[in-house]
Amino acid sequence: MKRQYAGTDPLAGDFYTRQFEKDRGEHTLVVNMGPQHPSTHGVLRIVIEIDGEYILRADPVLGYLHRMQEKMGEVQTWGQYIPNMGRVDYGHPLAWNWAYVGAVEKLMGIQVPERAEYIRVITCELNRLTSHLLWWGAYILDLGAFTPIMYSFDDREMLLDILQRPTASRLTYGYFRVGGVRKDLDDRCIEMIKAFIPRFRSRLPMYKDLVTDNIILRKRVEDIGIIDRDMCRRYGCSGPVLRGAGEPYDLRRCEPYSIYDRFDFEIPTEETACSAGRYLVRMAEMEQSLRIIEQAVEGLAHAEGGHIMPKAPKPSMKPPKGEAYFAVEGARGKVGVYAVSEGKKVPYRIKLRSPSYSNLHAFAEAAQGTLLADAVATLGSLDLIIPEIDR
Amino acid sequence: MSAFRQNVIQPIIDLWSLIVGLKVTGKCFSQKLITVHYPRETIEDEDLDTYGGHVELVGKPKDPATPKCISCMMCVTNCPSRCLKVVKAKAPKLTAEQQEALAEAKARGEKVKKPRAPKTPQKFIYDYSLCSLCATCIENCPVHSLRFSHTMYWATTSREELKLDLLARLRRQARRKPRPAAKES
Repeated sequence: MKRQYAGTDPLAGDFYTRQFEKDRGEHTLVVNMGPQHPSTHGVLRIVIEIDGEYILRADPVLGYLHRMQEKMGEVQTWGQYIPNMGRVDYGHPLAWNWAYVGAVEKLMGIQVPERAEYIRVITCELNRLTSHLLWWGAYILDLGAFTPIMYSFDDREMLLDILQRPTASRLTYGYFRVGGVRKDLDDRCIEMIKAFIPRFRSRLPMYKDLVTDNIILRKRVEDIGIIDRDMCRRYGCSGPVLRGAGEPYDLRRCEPYSIYDRFDFEIPTEETACSAGRYLVRMAEMEQSLRIIEQAVEGLAHAEGGHIMPKAPKPSMKPPKGEAYFAVEGARGKVGVYAVSEGKKVPYRIKLRSPSYSNLHAFAEAAQGTLLADAVATLGSLDLIIPEIDR
Repeated sequence: MSAFRQNVIQPIIDLWSLIVGLKVTGKCFSQKLITVHYPRETIEDEDLDTYGGHVELVGKPKDPATPKCISCMMCVTNCPSRCLKVVKAKAPKLTAEQQEALAEAKARGEKVKKPRAPKTPQKFIYDYSLCSLCATCIENCPVHSLRFSHTMYWATTSREELKLDLLARLRRQARRKPRPAAKES
């Protein structure tokens, strides 16, 4: 029987494969990486054309985890939509919480109490640490080393215990409320944070000795997956991907929201624009997050107001007519929420701007001409969270 | 860089990084564990105090078997996942004699009070398979009749088992031991 390729046989492969096969060269192979590939951390599928071990073309296929998060905003009341924000990005849900709540507060013209702002900063930065630790462990796991994830989860476990106290959950937080946060940080929680900071500081050099300086890792990530400044601009990359390309763009410094202008911290950048650059930026960011938390815990002691404003709006609030956009710096980049109100209980439109979506598309270009194994190193260094891409 | 340095010294420096890594793992091997080996070990109860498991009802301080709930339906209206179902209790039916007495009193021109429905709900069904544990019901309860339980190790094989009758659960809890007052606000 004559073998038919998917490009000519209407029954072979799906729509994406058939489209992809149209431009296929001779003596090459089209393979699917995912949607169940372990190194894609979710149901991301990438169609790849390979010549031997080298990638000629790559094309990400999205939509396997599409949950209509934006559409759900149009059928729920303003307050009922907050738990959805914890599910968009399980890595750094508090950034999404903040972006949404911030947009609604902008619409309603609400001034959040100082104490609530401090609590938001502390919990958001702690959450950034958990996100980076999760990425760090999983990335090294992708590259073939199993042990580091055990160490990173030790620290992450302590962070989750801290965050569990105010938020009552461990992964998908729905902690922020319009006008403040749900629950105050208690004394025990502050104690735990204060004990955690020196401990984590002492762990960071250990991470460096164990992984960052390791020659095997360095050979695998250095000069792999170049995403330079120009590419970042074209694709709209943000976060550590952009900072890894040497652009010190961080919303906490560039468009200071909340009380971030009060803290003294640096924006780490790397000029190399490769996977190692992005790796180093995230490792340095963890240290900066610790600095912010330290200052915020000090500031929290004499901050005015309560954890939520008096007479905070109920879930069935009715923001005035208008539109608002609020962006915060998530662990993966610029997290933005655009909300349109018609003066009703239910939003007219919620648009979510997720950083992973933009970052992923740079992969297709960065992976061209690299080895298949290097593509995994590039993909992991982007720190993709698939639910956030599909939304 | 000279060829000697590149081919001899650099590989030795590179290999040294592996030994440094082994030292770290060796050190950590002898340290105490932070996480637990789940099926064999479980975490301390005090660590579970802040954990938000499924929602449960809070009993009245004097009568722990009856919930504080006043069937106002705020939890049902505000729940984003529609996982709560509350059935209000009906007013008690009057017997024929009572009805006659009422009609007579009305005829005499007196103010008549019909017996009211009790505030305690008749049914309080909660579907854990739908719940997103967002605490919206807990916050919006005017009498603080809801709170998170600390149930963590709960696994079932069917969705039906995840439907809880919270009133029955409260009665069971009251029988077992008197619960302390609600900590959640």
